[in-house]
Amino acid sequence: MPASATLRKTALNAMHRRLGAKMVDFGGWDMPVEYSGLIAEHMAVRTGVGLFDVSHMGDVQLRGPGSLAAVQHLTMNDASRLQVGQAQYSALLYPEGTFVDDVIVHKFSDNDYLLVINAGTREKDYNWIRSNARGFDCHVSDYSDYYTQLAIQGPRAAETLQKLTPTDLSKIKFYWFTWGTVCGLPNTLIARTGYTGEDGFEIYVPSSEPTSEHVWNQVMEAGKEFGILPCGLGARNTLRLEAALSLYGHEISDSINVVEAGLDRFCKLEKGSFIGSDALHKVQAAGGPERRLVGLEVIERGIARDGYAVLDPSGKTVGSVTSGSPAPFLKKNIALAYVPRQYAEPGTEVAVEIRGNPVKARIVGIPFYRKPKKASAAATV
Amino acid sequence: MAYPANYRYTREHEWIEANGKSASVGITDHAQDSLGDIVFVELPKVGDKVEKGKVFGSVESVKAVSDLYSPATGTVTAVNEELTSSPEKINSDAHAAWIMKIELADPSELDALLKADDYEAYVKEETGH
Repeated sequence: MPASATLRKTALNAMHRRLGAKMVDFGGWDMPVEYSGLIAEHMAVRTGVGLFDVSHMGDVQLRGPGSLAAVQHLTMNDASRLQVGQAQYSALLYPEGTFVDDVIVHKFSDNDYLLVINAGTREKDYNWIRSNARGFDCHVSDYSDYYTQLAIQGPRAAETLQKLTPTDLSKIKFYWFTWGTVCGLPNTLIARTGYTGEDGFEIYVPSSEPTSEHVWNQVMEAGKEFGILPCGLGARNTLRLEAALSLYGHEISDSINVVEAGLDRFCKLEKGSFIGSDALHKVQAAGGPERRLVGLEVIERGIARDGYAVLDPSGKTVGSVTSGSPAPFLKKNIALAYVPRQYAEPGTEVAVEIRGNPVKARIVGIPFYRKPKKASAAATV
Repeated sequence: MAYPANYRYTREHEWIEANGKSASVGITDHAQDSLGDIVFVELPKVGDKVEKGKVFGSVESVKAVSDLYSPATGTVTAVNEELTSSPEKINSDAHAAWIMKIELADPSELDALLKADDYEAYVKEETGH
């Protein structure tokens, strides 16, 4: 289908089309959903390496003497624990303790923080950050359009990227970053982050078309011996689902709170007051939330999909699937779903209503997939 | 991939190949290509009555579910059980991977379906290339 004039494009749009990608409208962006095939792309990331264009993600920087205080007020994790060169998973919350968006906070210096935000919520997030940072001595800038963000993901990602930079990548721990020369481009942000449940890097290069295409081609060439594949949003979704990573609009939203989503380990109420903290104190005081995010494995024949109902053994609707799909690496049909507390225990049998029929499923622990342990994988904050 | 000239096609992207009163039904190459990796096929049962334009089963790729619409009215005489264990055969050769065989109630129903050229033109129009 021809790209509608209103869809936004990354600097690599022409490249994706040349590669024969299937394009979809993703949150207002004309993005590749798959190139050679979703399953092959998924497997490349689990067993070798894959390359994703994630330039649609947003980049908001807070700078100034009050930037840490602003980040602490705006996000749920404790940014005061970050060292320069370290990143953390966090979220912007509403006063109700529900999600504006999830973010990755990077500490550039004592008065310089970068928040990487989702594509579909860019304007909302930026406005939210600006209006809530107003009382702090810092400046908020949206650099989203300045960068092409590439994710190089998989067990061979480090070897692939190492060919293109003199920076010793083995020195960058998981959820840390540095600046280095990549493909001859100085001061390139190299972060050991990703959204696949696999080791990998995200690099941020200038968003000019020739530069972006040059780096894309260099990465493809460097990863050739490891069977690198360009990967689309389809594989990105199944990879993050196997790793049980939340997706805005599915597992997290403005009507789901942090504790329900099971993300309280990234929420540091002890750091002091921040937007959403009062509401979350109340949830904790009440003995926790009524519903919980759980993993489901479909045990009879059928695929659970987003929005399908979860039924108790009597056939009554008790919850709903937020993300469901065949899991290409695990070769099971898995789902994330919200269910009442009494059904949340792993091993509990429930059913998913698939096109009018109850199909048996079991609550299982999440993540469904955990990458094999490696020396480079360090604890995150 | 070329669309066989002896098949007829629906706007919902099924093909039907008739031989007298018996016919085979599958999905088109365009359909498998838009769906992507097919991982699940829900087949009808032998003996089921199927009706032209009504759902008789479904195919699922990793990312989507798609209903199957019968190109003609009739009774199911066979289903392709191989697709239960190897649904990817639809991706590798959609025009050979039949899903069900039916005994046609009225073979002249097929006259209203698209011929290969018309279907190809229809796909071009629908996808813009």
